[in-house]
Order: sequence, then C-alpha cells, then structure tokens
Amino acid sequence: MSETTNSTSQSSLNTAMTSHHEKWRLLKDAIMRRAITFGGLSVIFAIVVIFFYLLYVVYPLFLSASTQSVAHYAIPEQNAGSTLFLNIEEQNEVAARFTDSGKVIFFEAKTGKVIAEKTILIPEGVKVVSVAQGTPVGDGALIYGLSNGQAVIVKQQYKVTFANNKRVITPTLKYPLGEKPLVIDDSGAALEKIAFKVGDGTATIVAKTAHKIQITSLEKEQSLFADEASLTRTDSSLDIPVDNITDLLIDKEDHNLFLVHDDGQLSLIDISKKDTPEIKQHINMVQSGEKITSISFLTGDLSLMVGDSSGLVSQWSLVKDSLGHPAFQKIRAFKVSDKAVAKINTEQRRKGFMTIDVTGNMGIYHTTAERELIKQNMANVAPLAAILSPRANAMLIQNNDGQIHFWTVDNEHPEVSIKSMWQKVWYESYPKPAYIWQSSSASNDFEPKYSLTPLVFGTLKAAFYAMLIAVPLSLMGAIYTAYFMSPKMRIYAKPAIEIMGALPTVILGFLAGLWLAPFIEEHLAGLFALFMIVPLGVMLFAFSLQFLPEHIRQQIPEGWDAALLIPVILLSGWFAFTVSIPFEEMVFHGTLRDWFKNELGIGYDQRNALVVGIAMGFAVIPTIFSITEDAIFSVPKHLTTGSLALGATPWQTMSRVVLLTASPGIFSAVMIGFGRAVGETMIVLMATGNTPVMDMSVFQGLRTLAANIAVEMPESEVDSTHYRVLFLAALVLFMFTFVFNTLAEVVRQRLREKYSSL
Amino acid sequence: MIKSWFKSGSPWIWLNAAAVSTCLIMVVGVLGLIVARGVGHFWASPIVQLSYQEDSGEIKTIIGEHVDSTVTPAAMAKSTGFKLSDDEDVLIQYLIKTGNRDLTGSDFRWIQERHIKAQSQPAEMMVIERREWGNFYGTLTAIKENGQVIASGEQAWSILNERLKHTLELHEKIAHLEKKEIGAINYALEKLRLKQRSLELKNAWNEQSAKEFADKKLAYDTDYKNHQAELAQLYQEIRRDSLVATTESGAELAIPLSKIVDVYQPNKMGLFTKITHYFVKLGEFLSEDPREANTEGGIFPAIFGTIMMVMMMSVIVTPFGVIAAVYLREYAKQGFVTQLIRIAVNNLAGVPSIVYGVFGLGFFVYILGGNIDALFFPEASPAPVFGTPGLLWASITLALLTLPVVIVSTEEGLARVPRAIREGSLALGATKIETLWRTVLPMASPAMMTGLILAVARAAGEVAPLMLVGVVKLAPTLPLDGNYPFLHLDRKFMHLGFHIYDVGFQSPNVEAARPLVYATALLLVLVIIGLNLAAIIIRNHLREKYRALEG
Repeated sequence: MSETTNSTSQSSLNTAMTSHHEKWRLLKDAIMRRAITFGGLSVIFAIVVIFFYLLYVVYPLFLSASTQSVAHYAIPEQNAGSTLFLNIEEQNEVAARFTDSGKVIFFEAKTGKVIAEKTILIPEGVKVVSVAQGTPVGDGALIYGLSNGQAVIVKQQYKVTFANNKRVITPTLKYPLGEKPLVIDDSGAALEKIAFKVGDGTATIVAKTAHKIQITSLEKEQSLFADEASLTRTDSSLDIPVDNITDLLIDKEDHNLFLVHDDGQLSLIDISKKDTPEIKQHINMVQSGEKITSISFLTGDLSLMVGDSSGLVSQWSLVKDSLGHPAFQKIRAFKVSDKAVAKINTEQRRKGFMTIDVTGNMGIYHTTAERELIKQNMANVAPLAAILSPRANAMLIQNNDGQIHFWTVDNEHPEVSIKSMWQKVWYESYPKPAYIWQSSSASNDFEPKYSLTPLVFGTLKAAFYAMLIAVPLSLMGAIYTAYFMSPKMRIYAKPAIEIMGALPTVILGFLAGLWLAPFIEEHLAGLFALFMIVPLGVMLFAFSLQFLPEHIRQQIPEGWDAALLIPVILLSGWFAFTVSIPFEEMVFHGTLRDWFKNELGIGYDQRNALVVGIAMGFAVIPTIFSITEDAIFSVPKHLTTGSLALGATPWQTMSRVVLLTASPGIFSAVMIGFGRAVGETMIVLMATGNTPVMDMSVFQGLRTLAANIAVEMPESEVDSTHYRVLFLAALVLFMFTFVFNTLAEVVRQRLREKYSSL
Repeated sequence: MIKSWFKSGSPWIWLNAAAVSTCLIMVVGVLGLIVARGVGHFWASPIVQLSYQEDSGEIKTIIGEHVDSTVTPAAMAKSTGFKLSDDEDVLIQYLIKTGNRDLTGSDFRWIQERHIKAQSQPAEMMVIERREWGNFYGTLTAIKENGQVIASGEQAWSILNERLKHTLELHEKIAHLEKKEIGAINYALEKLRLKQRSLELKNAWNEQSAKEFADKKLAYDTDYKNHQAELAQLYQEIRRDSLVATTESGAELAIPLSKIVDVYQPNKMGLFTKITHYFVKLGEFLSEDPREANTEGGIFPAIFGTIMMVMMMSVIVTPFGVIAAVYLREYAKQGFVTQLIRIAVNNLAGVPSIVYGVFGLGFFVYILGGNIDALFFPEASPAPVFGTPGLLWASITLALLTLPVVIVSTEEGLARVPRAIREGSLALGATKIETLWRTVLPMASPAMMTGLILAVARAAGEVAPLMLVGVVKLAPTLPLDGNYPFLHLDRKFMHLGFHIYDVGFQSPNVEAARPLVYATALLLVLVIIGLNLAAIIIRNHLREKYRALEG
C-alpha cells in the first residue's frame, strides 16, 4: 500500500515536473519564434532603411524657401532722420539704420531696442545727397556723397565677445580714410551719385556731379617716421554726357566702372589705369521703352543683375566673345513681376538674389539653378529700405507704415535644380552653356557647378568599355566551359575564373594605374595588334590541326582545347607585341600614340578609358561568366541530345537550341555585370585621371559617380548642398543598380520556372 | 575545304575555347605579376658600382641597386629625344636605385646601357636603412664616439654591428617609454580631464573632488617627470655613436647610429645568409610600424586594423545574417512576400559598396554617433567621440554590406537539409526551436561558415566604403591597447587595402614605395584567395555530405 502511494506520488511528481518542463519548452519555442521573426524582419527592415535614408538626405534639396515674420516694431529713433540705408550683421542680432542727417542707429534686430547711436561729422548746412555701399558689400563700408562736393567713408564693424558663455556683439564705426570729409569735387558741386571701393590702403571713389564723372583714386603711404599716413591722390574725369546717368558701380577688382543710363544703356569703362580711364563698351540692357530700375552685382562681381521697368531681371556677365575679347552678354533672365523692379538685393555668399517690385512683391531667386525659391507679398507698395542678411537667412524691411519688419528666411539649398543638374547651364564667365562638375573652391565668390551629367556620362563610358572587353570574353568562355569543356578541366577552370571575382578591386585598380597604364602607353600598337593577331593565330592553329595525321589527332583528349590553346595565345600575343614595333615604325613613322595626336588630333591621357575598360572588364568577367555558365549548363539535357540526334552539329545545337533557351539567363548575367561595372569605385578611382570631361574618346580620362563620391565625400561639409548632392549621386547609383539587378533577378526566376517545366 | 570547316562550326568552338584560355591566362598573369613583384622586395640584391659617362661627357661613379630595365626600339627612342647612332637598333635603359636622397634629391635614376663604361660589385659596399631619407649606399669609413674616431678600416664593420645592436636596443627602450608608458600617462590625464568636465557639467565639482583630482594629477606628473629624466638619459646615450660613410662621389657623410635601422653588405652575403636576411626582412615587414609616410618599414598596424575590423564585423554580421535566413527559410510563409524579400536581398549584394559607405557616414557616424555623443559623452564636446568615423562604424557598415552574402549562403545551407530530418525530429516530440537548434542548424553550420568566410574575404578587400567611415592613412594608436577599456571602438584604424591605395597613389615618393605596395598587395591577395579557397572546399565537402545523406 505504502509502495503504491509512493509510486503514485512519485509519478505525479514526475508529471508535474514534465508538465512544467513541457510548458517551459513550449514557452521557449514561442519566445524564439517571436524573436526570430522580429530579428528577421528587422534585418530586412534595416535594408529598406538605406533607401529611405538616402532619400531623406536628398529631399531638402528640392524644397522651396520659406519666410517667417519674427517681429515688427516702430522705427527706432524716428526723429534722427529718414532711413537711407538699413543693415544687419551676420548673426542677425544687431541691425543698423543710416539716416540722411548723418546719424547711425544700431538696434536689436528682434526688438528694435536701440543699442548705440553714432554721428558722422557732416559740415553745417551741408546735406547728404547720395549714399552707396562699397564693394565688396561684405566689408560693410558705406560712403556719403555731400552737397558740397565732399564725401565721407564709414565702415561698420561688429565685434563679437563672449561674456559668461553668452555672445555679445558690439557695433562700432570706423573711418578708413579719416573722419574728416574728403574733398572730391574742387568746385564744390553736389555729388549726385557715388560709388567706391576701399581696399587695403587704397580707395577708388567715382562720383557724378551735374556736369561730369569724377574718378578719384587714393593710395595710403605710410612714411617711415611720421605717424600720420599721407594720401597720394590721382584725379581724372570722364568725357561723356552725364545728365542721364542714374547709377554707378565699381567691381571689387577695381578694374571696371559701370555707368547706368536712364534709357537702359550701360557703359563699361576700364579704370585699371586710374589716370586714363577708357570707355570699352556701350550696351543696351533692356527692351526699347523700358528703363533700368535697379542694378546690382552678383556676389563675386562677375555678373550684373539688371532689373527693369517691365519686371524682368536679367543676368549679364563678362564673357569672352569669338575673338577672345571680354564683352558683356546676357546669360539668363527671370520674369520677376509684371511691375517695375524696385530693388535687387544680392546674397553675399551665394549666387542668389532677392527682388522687390513696386507693389511690394518679394521674390528670392538663384541664378545658376534658375530657380524661383519663393514669391510673396510683403507690403502693398515698394518698401523704403530692405536688406538681406549676410548669411541670407533673415531680412529687414522698412515699410511706409513707419515700422521695421524682421523676417527669417529658410533657404538652405537654392543652388540645385533638376535643370542645373541634368541640363547645360551657362555659368558666369563661360563662353557658352556647358555641363560642368566643379563642386568647391576656397572662395565664397565661387559659383558651384553641380552638373551630374558629366559624371553619369563618365560612369556609362567606363561601364561601356568594360562591357566591351568583358561580354565577349565571358560569354564565349561560359559557352565553352558549360558545353564543350571536359568535366575534368571544368572542375579547375570554373573556380579559377570565379576567383578573379574575389580579387580586391583595390589591387586591380593599383595594377591598372601603376602597371597597365604605363604599359599600354608604351605598347599601344601592340595592344591593337593583339586584338587582331590572337584570334587569327587561334584560327590558324585550329585549321592546321586538321592536317595532322589521324592518330596524332585522336591523341588529343576531347574538351581540352582550351588548355591546348594557352601556349598558342601566349605565342601569338608575344608575336603581336614584337611585330607591332617595326610595323609602327614603318606605317606611322614613330609611335601610334603620336600618330593619333598629330594626324587625327586625338589626345592621349596615360590613365584613360581603355585602361579602365580592361581593368574593370577583368573585374566583371567572373560575374557574367559564372551566371551565364550556370544558365547554359542547366539547359535540360534532353533538348541537346534531341537536337544532336536529329543530325545537328554540336555548334548548331549550341547556337540554335542551347543559346536560345538560355538567352534570358545570359541577359540577366550581362545586366548584373553592367550593374557591377557602374558601381565599381576603386578601379576607376585609381586607373583614371578623375577628370569630369565629356569625351567619348577611348584615350581620355573620365570621372564616375562612385569615384566622385569617394573623392569628395570626406571633405564635404555635413548637410551642405554639396553633401546632399553627393547623397543624390549615391541614390542615383543605388536606384540604377537596383533596377538592373531586379530586372535580372526577375528574368532569372522566370527562367528557372521555364526549365523546371521543360 | 575552308568553307566546309567553317560550316562545321568548329572555328567558333575554337574561338570560344580561346576565350576561356584568355581568361585563365589573365587570372594567372595577374597573380603571377603580383607574386613576382611582391616576393622580390625583401631579397638583398647586389650593389653595383658603375662608371657612367654623363651626357656632358664627364665620367662619374654610380652606386646602387639595379631595379628595372627597359628595351626601347631605336625609332621610338629617337622620337622621345634620345640621340642614337645609326647602327644602334635598341636603347637599353636601367633603373638604378641610388638612394642617398638627402644628397642627390632623388632615390632613383634611369641610365643608358651604352654609356656604362665599367661595372663591378665591390664587396665592401653597404646598404644603410635609415629612419629618414631612405636608403644610403656607399662604403664605411670610420666609427665615431662623441665625435672621436674609434675605429676605421677593416675592424670598423664589426664594431659598427656591435654598436648598432646596442643603439637599436636603446631605440626600442625609448619607443617603449614614449609610446607605452608616457602614452598611458597622457591617456590617463585625458581621462581625468574628461571626468572633471563631466563632474562640472553635472554641477558635482567641489573642493573635495578638486583636491582628489589634483593629487592624481600630481602623481601622474611625477611619473611623467621620472620618465622624462630617463628618456633624456637614453637620448643622450643613443646620440653617442655615429658612422662616417663615403658616397659614390667620394664625399664623406656622418650618420648618427640612432637614425639607422639596419646595415648590411649584400655583396658579401652568401646564398644562405641572403635567405636568412630575406626572412628577417619579411618578419620586419609584417611586424613593424611604417616609416617615412608609409613608404618604408612594416605594415603591422594595417594588418592589425584589418583583422580587428573583420573580427568586429563577423561578430555583428553572423547572428543577424543567420536569424534573417532562418526566418526566411523556416518561419516565414513562403509566397509572394518572401520571394520579394529574396529578390531584395539578392540585389543588395549588387548595390555599389560606395553607397554603403555614404549611408554609413550619414546614418551611423553623423546621426547615431552624433546622438551617442550628445547623450553619453557631453564632457568631450566639442571633440567628437563616436560622432566621427571609427572602427565601430566601419565594422557595422561592412556588416551591412556583407549581410546578403551570409543570408544567401545560410539559406542555401538550410534548403539542403533534407525534410526528413526535420520531420523526424518533430515527430519525436521536439519543438520547432529544438529541431532547429539541435538538428537543422548544426547541419547547416558549414554553410554558415562558408557565408562568413566569403563575407570576411569581401570585407578584407573592400576599400571604398571604408574611406568614408573610419580608415586613415596613419593611425597613431592601435584600436586595441593596454589602456582601459582596452578595445577602443571609437578610434580610427589602418587597413591593408587602403594602405595599397594610399601608398601607391597618394604618397610623395611613389617610385620608392612601389615594391612595398606590391608586397602588401601580395599579402592581401594571399589572404583573400586563401579564404575563398577555404569557402569553396567547405562548400564542396558539404555537398558531398548531403549527397550521402540523401542517398
């Protein structure tokens, strides 16, 4: 009895344990099922993330600009006179108002609270008749033309200090040429219009009085002993009628002076020699009947933005004409409004500009990209003063309602548009529109040239030459290996060729750049001879084999032809290189390279598309070979045996039955090979000169999308336009290869289904 | 005859065969080229002394190693500006490594064979491998100690060897002190500074901690001063000896022994000595740091960096790849969606590697790294810790790149496991995970291994994405060292593939670096082909095994 109870209790204990264990096992199974599903899906999700992340980085390139009104307030110190000029410094914290009474009021841009007030010394009873910003605008210099023929130059400076980890900006005024007004016109005539440029110890001032254009050039000479610097002065005047001149401009090189006439004429005057200015060109900048209403340099002072009374803003740039002389030419125009353009305000660091028309419509544009980024009404009439901040991310507008409006502008990437990336663009100082990739330079004045066309062209060119080498070799090789080669040789030949694909491309690129490129340069004729002589040699060998006595011929094992041919190819290759040298001498009188250059005008780069084609062809061969070989090898045997039984020769069976059946597989192999050639980086990086030129010549270098990313990505600033354009290049590559590979994969899956049904 | 031959189609078959042969010749040719150029780098080639007639007619002595020769046909040579007489058919030129860059400005020069008047291999010629200015070629004149000649003529050589051995030991000691000891102190001081900054940020910086930190700092400073004193002593000692050598022009040059890595007289060496010398040089190449902007010395940091990166990558890619494959093959319902996923995974193998680099830089480095810095390392700001390219991000990027390889290979392995085995296990009452864990996965493990090996081979040879996410031309410290936490995932590292690119294309003296690049390339090729062969063998073995199982 006791035994039974014992055993029951034991067994119940066992069951309890088992059921416990059982539960745990089931729980484990369920947990693992969830975990693996989660893990698997998240891996796949991670892969999808790549695409969306690239898209996420690229997307802001195509956003429009937006503005936001931050504050508006009454004009600070209204009784200090009416505003001649408004300014705002780089951090968008301190703004300045220059008045007609010679007062300068610095105030907080966000609140209008006055920070400081300065007075410029203007003689009693004299009025300010003109005011102008000096070139370059970023220097913050300003000139006042006075009614007594005198002028004052002032320069704003904003000193940034950090007190208690807080930024404090202190505005000051400097007088680069002294506080006392300079006498420009000796007769004391009012300086109706004025323009100037202040450099390091030099200044050029051009002023228009009622009767003449006066050009004054000053050079500061620091004498060794005196504290005071003395000014050397050169005066000259221009002998042209002045009464219809409405505006003056000097470029920052101090070489050209532009006079704007009210009938839309522009005179270009060379002032590089200050004592003998020379009139170079008169051009009409607007349609007849229209007037120039506003004019301004684009940053860099290489082009002028001209706004006219019909609401058209055109860009004029100094371009070399057919004779090589620089001449002003209109390179593009923007229809900004139906009304006259009241004001053009160019950005200081990019090739963008802001316009305001007489009805108060504001627009922001970018010249290179030809983009209208925003258009919006700011007031009902033309504002009294408006300024775009140096970083072009804020603006200050004084309206006729007695208020100053402070806006922020969000305009991160105006430089790029679909057109500027894929079509020809007329860049400043270029004789005609062109496709150019030139992304960066040291100076702010540089016009970035983001045309992806030469890069895509280079990519396709490199891939094309690589395919030219790889497709015949790998397809023919695969046909032979899969169908004619003896199985014993196949065991070794196939992995040997496939191992080519495992070679790091950096090694192929290195060999191509440092060994192959100089070799080809020296043996160009030999290489061409190789392409002709080797096939001929092979044919000759094969043909002569027929005349061998029967018993010797039968000794040759079937399917080992490829091994037999290795010495033949080596020998004919050697022969090609040897014979090419005297041949070259005889026919081309020197080297083939020189002959190409002198007779056909084809230049030769050492690292060129031919080198890339061979090296990248080498890298692509195993990919195409392997897939094609698989496709041919898995053609069902009954098809071929059937064909042979009906009396077809092996070659007929091959070309009419096997190739036809396997053709989708071959197609997908070529697609995948092409995808690989398009994305290859290291070989093109090392074996080409990486010059983004658009030239189909096989002897010229190229730059591909991938190599371009590798070269420029490390030095591009995060989230800059350049950075995003490089991401776009990566996205283009990604989509390109994805489309090709998907196509190939779908075709291959279809093929597999077809085989299984056969 | 010809017509019927063409009709039979056999010329086309021959042409196809020729294509295979060409491919094979290309593979063998490329491998042969790398081997031929890479292997010779460590061989002590004889030094020749030539009397050479310059273009001016003057006869000069040239000493150096023969590196290369070219044969140019007369016509081609004439067109490039050489003056040849009519009876000369070819122009033979030799590239001589003359060394002595500090004196002549270049390491190499091309000379014309026809101007060589006499040629000899004097036994007393020596090569000095220097820490600066490349090799020196010439003869030994005297040994100096503190500027005083202590030996000259015959016995100088043996004394030089003795003294050099001593100097090299000193150099080793100095390097150890500077890199290890002082490096550790600097590292600790930097850690201390960061800790202080972090306390300050948390507003927990008080007098007590200030005192504590000052004490620690003082201890480190004392240590540092001791080391400095020791160093000064060593430096004084190492500067004691120098040698005087005569160059080819007869000029005498004093070279401090502290600037010398090795001296040898190749013309005196026998075959056996040369073989020993070869392996010593090979060992130095594999184990030493690079010198002179990577163009000389060893490639140890590059090998180390490559291995570290590949190991990190394997640790990341294996579990994820296997889980994804198991999900696709064992758990997911087969159908349109899995088909789609398979296509996507397959295609990812074809996405250009540079795209992964771009993604890694943007997503991992700037977004993930930037956020990690902001969350965990506010004290280091503005210097980035993880917000800059480094080992971790490079490994993750390459893991993503090689993920498809592992997934595809593992899936293939899982597909080859016969159904009967799964069904048997389930029938015996095992749960699905037990079936997988105990039977299916072990059977598929060689396939996973194959996938991993292929992934490693791919990662070891990949350069383009690494250029963006963490590889540098010269890393001052290894990612693994004796300073806590030992493994520094945030550090940048060197890589064999990038080393080849950098030295071969970006270095100031490409000609001098070329043999080294070939040697590096050879090493990389050997590793990668070895890995691939291993993968192929495992795969073949695996197929055999399952064939047996199925049968």
